[in-house]
Amino acid sequence: MVLLSVRDLRVEFATSGGVVTAVDGASFDVGSGETVALLGESGSGKSVTAQAVMGIVPKPAGRVCGGSISYDGRDLLAPGVAKGLRGREIAMVFQDPLSSLNPVFRVGAQIGEMFRRHRGASRREARAAALDLMKRVGIPAASKRLDDYPHQFSGGMRQRVMIAMALALSPRLLIADEPTTALDVTVQAQIMDLLTRLQAEEGMSLVLITHDLGVVAGVADRVILMYAGRVVETGSLREVYEHSGHPYTSGLMASVPAVDGPRDRLVPIQGSPPDLLSLPSGCSFRPRCQYADEQCAEVEPVLRQLPDRPSTHQAACHHPEGVLTDVH
Amino acid sequence: MGAYVVRRLFFSLFVLWGAVTIIFVVLRLVPGDPAYIMLGPDADQAQVAALRAQLGLDQSLIQQYATYLANVVHLDFGESFRLNADSMSLVLQRVPATIQLATTALLLSLLIGLPLGVIAALRAHSWVDRAISVFSLMGQSTPSFWLGIVLILVFARGLKVLPSAGSGSWAHLVLPTITLALPFLAILVRLTRSGLLEVVHEGYVQTARAKGLGEGIVVLVHAMRNALIPIVTVVGLQFGALLGGTVIVETVFAWPGVGRLLIDSIGRRDYGVVQASILLVATIFVLINLLVDLLYGFLDPRVRLAGD
Repeated sequence: MVLLSVRDLRVEFATSGGVVTAVDGASFDVGSGETVALLGESGSGKSVTAQAVMGIVPKPAGRVCGGSISYDGRDLLAPGVAKGLRGREIAMVFQDPLSSLNPVFRVGAQIGEMFRRHRGASRREARAAALDLMKRVGIPAASKRLDDYPHQFSGGMRQRVMIAMALALSPRLLIADEPTTALDVTVQAQIMDLLTRLQAEEGMSLVLITHDLGVVAGVADRVILMYAGRVVETGSLREVYEHSGHPYTSGLMASVPAVDGPRDRLVPIQGSPPDLLSLPSGCSFRPRCQYADEQCAEVEPVLRQLPDRPSTHQAACHHPEGVLTDVH
Repeated sequence: MGAYVVRRLFFSLFVLWGAVTIIFVVLRLVPGDPAYIMLGPDADQAQVAALRAQLGLDQSLIQQYATYLANVVHLDFGESFRLNADSMSLVLQRVPATIQLATTALLLSLLIGLPLGVIAALRAHSWVDRAISVFSLMGQSTPSFWLGIVLILVFARGLKVLPSAGSGSWAHLVLPTITLALPFLAILVRLTRSGLLEVVHEGYVQTARAKGLGEGIVVLVHAMRNALIPIVTVVGLQFGALLGGTVIVETVFAWPGVGRLLIDSIGRRDYGVVQASILLVATIFVLINLLVDLLYGFLDPRVRLAGD
């Protein structure tokens, strides 16, 4: 069952250099209980997509200017709808837990606030509930740490606090925006384990936003790749990894060092990500693509099923055949 | 924390010593001998010399300074040359009036300045924001003596709704309070606006929104509490300027506070009263700064714990 459905989403930002289309016609679904990875480099629009779903696109610079987002049949872009669901049904964990936690409030109070403001819980009830959550996310000596401030925690522990806060009201959809990027590698694995364990326990859907293919590998059912504000490829993890149908995806895969692979130089994707203020015509990946031709410059490719692949595996490329044969 | 306060109080003594020393030197550098001023132009040399000896002004400056410091330690500033009463008692009698004026001005500034600053920040770059900015810029640039006189002309002489000078009722407080508060209020508006604008894009404000909290709570609790940290610091420092402002405002409105006593005493070279007033004002200023530092630790737990 589809829980979240995003269609032709467009989000624009007014900058000093002009209007930037951060998300340009993105469409994807997230099923109930599913883990979906939203992959892409900085500026690909993945975080802004999440902000649009939460209804927290920074104003007044940014605005959702097209498309639709529906959650469980409700129109999230209608006035007031997202506001009513935030925190309760849809929760979010951010990249940098230090700046995302309020430095002047005790963590127990920040977690407990969810119960006090949403459920009208008393101070004592909220405190007890916050303590339970802190234990659940694996914060040692939780009862002693309730009254500590965010700066007294390590990065990993802070992210656990963020996760506790997000899970407080048992949301059905959790969006984790680069939840491990700001953390040490060893801690990254712990946080991912925690997220997947909690997801299984709660049966919630998880949208995992990341630029790190390694983070995705173990956990995602499905991946959505974004490039310059557009979805360029989507499919099951295995399909996309093994049969990349978009040159950007195959380039990403080729640039990942493999532990057991040949010890060659890494193969980077040529060129650099496009300037969102002056995107190329047609396909935005065109200037970096070896398959590009006139059609790519004239017609913007849309997502379509790849030849001989399952219907769920789609890429937005005019020449997927070339990509598929060359790489595999 | 206790040790910190004791250390701060100890260093405050040096600040106060500096204040009493500077005022001692400045008073004696200013032309005009107290004895001449007290006796008037008709006095002869013998009378002046006698009075100078009586006041201890015939001693060397070093001697005068030593006696002065010894007495200051006992809070003894001697008799007022002019009013024939103990200088410190004279000053202390005037303190309540000044505190009353400064407090109402501070309250008025906070009650109007903070909300205006919040509104300006929330409506940043709108016409509301611009109107508030223009108001605060004018408030900051309007001299108190001019504003005081204009208010007197409009509300006391013209509309005849408020008394122009003196004290005794709440009505007497209105015009001096507005005059004293305006520059302070204006600074507060600008500080609040910029402080809040600085934090509204912080991650924790986004988190507060993502938690589904109402916009009021997001701004007034999560953002404002952080924005207050720099505001409190500057407000504390600016409170000194507010105290300084009482000198002018009290003079314009004939308000019976320390400021006016100070001006009158300077005019008459009434050394004891001037020195007592300055020490008192300096002490209040030092204590408020200490209070601000403690409050700062209360508002920002990172500072509090680092100090422990």
